[in-house]
Amino acid sequence: MKYKLILSISKSLLLARWKQTLVAAIGVTFSITMFITLLSFMSGLNDMLDNLIINRTPHVRLYNEIQPSKIQPIDNYSQYKNYHNFVSSIKPKNERLEIYNNAAIIKALKKDIRVLGIAPKITAQVIYNVGAIDITGVINGIDVEAENKLFFFKDYVTTGNYIDLKNTPNSIILGKGAADKMLANIGDVIQVTTTKGDRMQLKVVGYFQSGLQDLDKVQSYASITTAQKLMGESNSFITDIQIKLKDMRSAPVIAIEYQKLFEVEAIDIQTANSQFETGSSVRTIISYAVGVTLLIVAGFGIYNILNMMIYEKMDSIAILKATGFSGKDVNRIFITIALSIGIFGGSMGLIFGFGLSNVIDQIPFNTAALPTIKTFPINYNPKFYMIGSIFSLVTTYFAGYFPSRKASKIDPVIIIRGK
Amino acid sequence: MNEIILEAKAISKSFHDPITVQVLKEISFSMHKGDFVSVIGKSGCGKSTLLYILSTMDTDYEGDLLIDNVPMRNKKEAELAKVRNEKIGFVFQFHYLLNEFSVLRNVMLPGLKLGIHSEKEVEERAYQKLKILGIENEAFKKPNQLSGGQKQRVAIARALINNPLIIMGDEPTGNLDKKNSEIVFNIFQELAEVYNQSLLIVTHDNEFAAQTHRIIEMEDGKIIKM
Repeated sequence: MKYKLILSISKSLLLARWKQTLVAAIGVTFSITMFITLLSFMSGLNDMLDNLIINRTPHVRLYNEIQPSKIQPIDNYSQYKNYHNFVSSIKPKNERLEIYNNAAIIKALKKDIRVLGIAPKITAQVIYNVGAIDITGVINGIDVEAENKLFFFKDYVTTGNYIDLKNTPNSIILGKGAADKMLANIGDVIQVTTTKGDRMQLKVVGYFQSGLQDLDKVQSYASITTAQKLMGESNSFITDIQIKLKDMRSAPVIAIEYQKLFEVEAIDIQTANSQFETGSSVRTIISYAVGVTLLIVAGFGIYNILNMMIYEKMDSIAILKATGFSGKDVNRIFITIALSIGIFGGSMGLIFGFGLSNVIDQIPFNTAALPTIKTFPINYNPKFYMIGSIFSLVTTYFAGYFPSRKASKIDPVIIIRGK
Repeated sequence: MNEIILEAKAISKSFHDPITVQVLKEISFSMHKGDFVSVIGKSGCGKSTLLYILSTMDTDYEGDLLIDNVPMRNKKEAELAKVRNEKIGFVFQFHYLLNEFSVLRNVMLPGLKLGIHSEKEVEERAYQKLKILGIENEAFKKPNQLSGGQKQRVAIARALINNPLIIMGDEPTGNLDKKNSEIVFNIFQELAEVYNQSLLIVTHDNEFAAQTHRIIEMEDGKIIKM
């Protein structure tokens, strides 16, 4: 009952100055619209850029690396145990790149509940022979199905069918850049030479475009068996095991664990791509900062309009107080006015923000670097809408707080006697 | 004799800005139910100041004020607002109606604030009050469409809505012409005679004061005649 009265008084005061009120509400609407759009767009871009890396990077990668032995013979010699040994000119030891006993490792990994999936891989250095010219390159031997399941291989095969790689013996999917250099069309047969000097003919079944042009100039894909043949190795030869985890954040811990357990090198995604996370968070902070600034500016608008309204309605406030409305009631009336501007402007802002995001979502965005993206990316995360509405309420509340307090402290005697 | 509804005990007040000036000096008097009292005196003698203290709007004074035998000192702002709402009806020199609301709604506002009766009842009562004052036909107009005299009558209706213990008026006829002043006075008189309403009116219109039951004359912050 009492609140209904306060509401009705607030409503009348609002409607009496509806043009000003509308301007204030439009200020809030505009800022919330921009806030939502900016965050959705920025976060869409962030996700896209992150996915560019994250989708195709294993959370943990097991591999062998040619490196000097960590323990030199002198370290094992008991007489010099407590000495500091200097050994100059250490050379890396002759080590095979193959992961030993990989069948057992894969079996163990498949039993690990933290693991989402595993894709074995062979990385082979090759030279593409084009007429008299040799171009260096890398052929990744992959398990086509596992690779597609875990790393969305299909999305990046822009021409041709990815599964042909598995079904056609001795086939290759060329990086777009490499294919352009070699003028290789689908169905052509190209010749590659391995580092050991073996030559092999491979049939082009598709083009691959990763979004990173430098990568596309050298990288190509073949099935794991083709790669094993190419290298002249047995069918147990694997150089990398790519692991995708259920929880990406646990990658660093698991990487260390596997390194010890399987006695191989292991690198986690966070270490391999730390720069991407930094970029994302900085972009997010910037968009939040811009959005909050917009809201604060709108808040000042509301503050001004309420202040003016209080000066104009000084008489009304005085008489309300003289007839028995307490300072608290007057305070509530003006807070209600501020909040209704906030609620109205804010909800319009949410709607317009959604609309504007939708419009941006329809704008074509074709770039050679990103074959899977057709329009500008937008992230419709409800979180932004929640934050937007909370912010609009909080800023309008504070914008209304000070003028309301002033109004509640108006002394009716001074106003009434002043006439 | 009727019960005492308002009692002032040695009320003093000083203004401190820019120099201390005592405007009220130990004012003591009491009012009974049904009294029609006018306070007269020259400009600046402190009669309006006294009225604002009696109406609980001004709390910066010494001495004691009892309304309905309840001391007003040490009451909180919200409690005083409640007292004003329930027990005091106010009529000012200027009407102070809210132009955003209809006449009827203006009259209803203090009643709605009281919150004892439903909105329907308050509306009905407000309409009755307007009828007593002969302006029920203007109920749905906006105050700015009314004449000065009509506005003042609406203000009186608003003062009456909660059936207050006492109606206080600060020069209620000060802004009105002769004819309207008479109308307003007649209304006050009718309220006093017919409805046994207590009234305390500050005025400098001696003709007006002469027709009331009791005159309190003030000079230099003191009551010189009661």
